[in-house]
Amino acid sequence: MFDSTEHAAELFALRTYGNIYSRIGNPTVSAFEEKLASLEGGLGAVATASGLSAQLIALLTVAESGDHLVASANLYGGTITQFSVTMRRMGIETTFVPGGDVEAIGKAIRANTRAVFTETIGNPNGNIADLTAIAEVAHAAGVPLLVDNTFATPYLCRPIEFGADVVIHSATKFIGGHGTVIGGAIVESGHFDWRAGRHPLISTPSPGYHGMNFAETFSEYAFLMRARVELLRDVGAALSPMNAWLLVQGLETLALRMPAHVANAQAVATFLHGRDEVAWVSYAGLPDSPERERAARYLPRGAGAVFTFGLRGGREAGRAFIEALELWSHLANVGDAKSLVIHPASTTHQQLTEDELRAAGIGADTVRLSVGLEDVDDLIWDLERGLAAAARAAAVQV
Amino acid sequence: MILETAAERRALLDRSHTVAMVGASANVTRPSYFVFSFLRTRGKLDVTPINPKLSEIDGVRAFPSLAAYAAERGAPDIVDVFRRPDNAPQVARDAVAAGAKAIWFQYGVINDDAIRIADAAGLDVVVDRCIKVESARFDGGLALGGMNTGVLTAKRRAR
Repeated sequence: MFDSTEHAAELFALRTYGNIYSRIGNPTVSAFEEKLASLEGGLGAVATASGLSAQLIALLTVAESGDHLVASANLYGGTITQFSVTMRRMGIETTFVPGGDVEAIGKAIRANTRAVFTETIGNPNGNIADLTAIAEVAHAAGVPLLVDNTFATPYLCRPIEFGADVVIHSATKFIGGHGTVIGGAIVESGHFDWRAGRHPLISTPSPGYHGMNFAETFSEYAFLMRARVELLRDVGAALSPMNAWLLVQGLETLALRMPAHVANAQAVATFLHGRDEVAWVSYAGLPDSPERERAARYLPRGAGAVFTFGLRGGREAGRAFIEALELWSHLANVGDAKSLVIHPASTTHQQLTEDELRAAGIGADTVRLSVGLEDVDDLIWDLERGLAAAARAAAVQV
Repeated sequence: MILETAAERRALLDRSHTVAMVGASANVTRPSYFVFSFLRTRGKLDVTPINPKLSEIDGVRAFPSLAAYAAERGAPDIVDVFRRPDNAPQVARDAVAAGAKAIWFQYGVINDDAIRIADAAGLDVVVDRCIKVESARFDGGLALGGMNTGVLTAKRRAR
């Protein structure tokens, strides 16, 4: 209970700290938030109901109708749609830049650009963002860099150390670790100057709190405070405390699971790379990958466990491959303890236009893998069955 | 001495009892009112507004100057400063004259002369920090807001 009516009023006015209402903050959720913020080297965190709601809340904290964002084109399909359809309907325009072209990102920044957005490891192709270079062009224009670090987790990469200002997670993936919990989080570095004037939503009086100025009142905490007490409060996408507790269980084994994920992914990518049925493998951990150097710089412990490859025989071979697998689960999530396979063009990225698919590097032959924690010999044994089925399908086509 | 670390700020808060808040406001949307109200209702520090335009805030008597405060109450442990940076050197001189043990410049109150005056006179100096945030860092308040307190311990937090 509140200690007194005065205490309750002080809480609701944000003048004192404490538990107000679980949609705004909850002690179990805050335990998860502080742990994740600590792992990312951030100032603090706001947990949300999902990764997509984390993105929405982070972006609505800095942008409103009439504003502009610059984003990599190599993103999760749901993120591209959130930006290009829903956010656009809300009056927030996004320029997508393909291929991690840093110069093009710099050129796309306008006077009303409020953020630059990228994924550390792009979904689905596993391409690696040049974080330091992107942060430099964003900061030169006074714009913060928001990085989705879902595929890397802080075990493989801490984007704040490379200049990111805000880190976003779908905790549903490797952080939860078992495909059993949905949740998201926003972590902020505390290094970006929200008082500089580029973000009037943070640095001018807010009608949401009787004219309180977040930047003046909370200084380095202004972004996180506005994200929590205005956007999380009003959007309502709060993380369930039960899920927060489950995500904390996931964090406790993150350092054991991630090395096992990347070791299996490296072995599976190497196996596929050496097979005649396989046309190409897009895994930054392979010696001949064009992403190799960036992976070594940003992900020295491994290039993640989600990547794509293409089969000779295209879409039909891919269909036969997926259907022949027995151990790999045909599912749309990633970052699960078990290994997962899917055809992005017809599922996770289906809502993208042909142009968007091309910009995202997703072809009709693209198969996405999320490599799990099983015995790698069993995984490869199953893949051999899939490749045999794919070869038969390809032969029928010819 | 300029206090750079969270541990030093914690020690300062732990050994202090009185805070004279220069520039405390009765306007409920101002940061200085937030901090005043937080310290008053939390009750661990005895906070007094220093503001010549006000007689009291929320029933706490205001003093017109640090000198007037010191004449009646003695030297304050901490002078907390909510003033424009240009005015900070004068506040620092007033704090030294009032015998303050420490001076705390709130967010954005950054003035090199003011820091030098207070430091040279032997006061503990905190710059561009919030006394409310730092008070909450170690008692769990900040953690309830999802903030990274930097406190790594398996022990139950002090309340």
